[in-house]
Amino acid sequence: MTTAHKLFAIAVALALPLSAQAHKTWLLPSETVLSAEDPWITVDAAVSNDLFYFNHVPLRLESLAITGPDGSAVNAENTATGKYRSTFDVHLTTPGTYRIAVVNAGLFANWEEDGKPKRWRGSVEKFASEVPKDASKLSVSQSVGRTETFVTAGRPNDTALTSSGVGLELVPVTHPNDLFAGEKATFKLLIDGKPAPGLDVEVIPDGIRYRQQQNEIKTTSDKDGLISVTWPAAGRYWLHSDTEDDKTSVAAASKRRLSYSLTLEVLPQ
Amino acid sequence: MRVCWLFILLLSTSPVMAADMGITVQIPRIDAAEYHRPYVAVWIEDGNQAVAANLAVWYQQKDTKEGAGSKWLADLRQWWRRSGREQSLPIDGVSGATRPVGQHQLRFESGKPPLASLKPGSYQLVVEAVREVGGRELLKIPFDWPISETRHLDAKGQHELGQITLDLNP
Repeated sequence: MTTAHKLFAIAVALALPLSAQAHKTWLLPSETVLSAEDPWITVDAAVSNDLFYFNHVPLRLESLAITGPDGSAVNAENTATGKYRSTFDVHLTTPGTYRIAVVNAGLFANWEEDGKPKRWRGSVEKFASEVPKDASKLSVSQSVGRTETFVTAGRPNDTALTSSGVGLELVPVTHPNDLFAGEKATFKLLIDGKPAPGLDVEVIPDGIRYRQQQNEIKTTSDKDGLISVTWPAAGRYWLHSDTEDDKTSVAAASKRRLSYSLTLEVLPQ
Repeated sequence: MRVCWLFILLLSTSPVMAADMGITVQIPRIDAAEYHRPYVAVWIEDGNQAVAANLAVWYQQKDTKEGAGSKWLADLRQWWRRSGREQSLPIDGVSGATRPVGQHQLRFESGKPPLASLKPGSYQLVVEAVREVGGRELLKIPFDWPISETRHLDAKGQHELGQITLDLNP
């Protein structure tokens, strides 16, 4: 593959979770509730149809951001990206709740140059200098996709769970590391920090390879952006929602795609 | 001076008159190729499943390559959720080393910690056990507080716990 081909492949991989036939993007932590005095976790990051099996492409870690219990940034350690998955470790040096997120935000542009199709992906800042303004058949869209998970060492807290104010997000009503089989959990969906009503949400349990159906739980956020899920069994779950609006950062972009994917662990009673 | 001694005598004898709670936790013999003593938590929960009193937490005290035994305390899932994660370990008078197979007696008196703060109401005694390369089990015995009559209550485990008894004496 040439460098251009590689870049294009990466762009396609990054764009996939935002397309209609989305593959699932996910982060899978080794544990979510920890009691050790000096705890570590390891996390797998991948894009696949099957939960949680890495059999398609790795989730790239360029935009990995870990927020510690005091709100400060935490570095991932031992990062590696292989054929099917990325992995990294997190040293949980401070007790409390950590937010581990891969946020891909940017613009996609298609146009024609000398009768040939051109594609571009990049940041809002680079758009003006890298995409010709007078390009023919120019089509631009913006995307903000967040893939995340939460882990807690010791006592849970909420500092890392506050909204960034950008894109589609979930904030807890029920703490995301306090989930038990048979209990109801409630979360609030936000777009740009404001409650997001009427969004379709799907919640799919782990282990798709070993059953015949997706077994997805479907729900819709209410007028306050709230969703509730009663966990049918212990295990890992993937929660996802996506939508689009016209709140773009550049005039050339007609629409903005928003997506959110969250991995949760539900424990047995 | 004599009055003072009499006072001390009264103080020291009065707990004998107080109501008490006797608990027996049986750790069953398990035929396993690799056996480790279970982690066990014993507590009293109120009607909202909040912990009203921590009675005992037995876990590995020895420092190992993977850190002290606290690494696996979260496997006592309900106890960790309801109380453990809020505590700083060890908990004085509550936490201790894992126990061998057999019957283990615990005795508490009303008016003294950890029962001193127990308000009148309905409660459950909860015993949770989890064993490395083994299973997990949780048993509950409901009771009312304060103790109005002598009662003998029990529950029987299937896997990680044997007979649990709760004796209440007014």
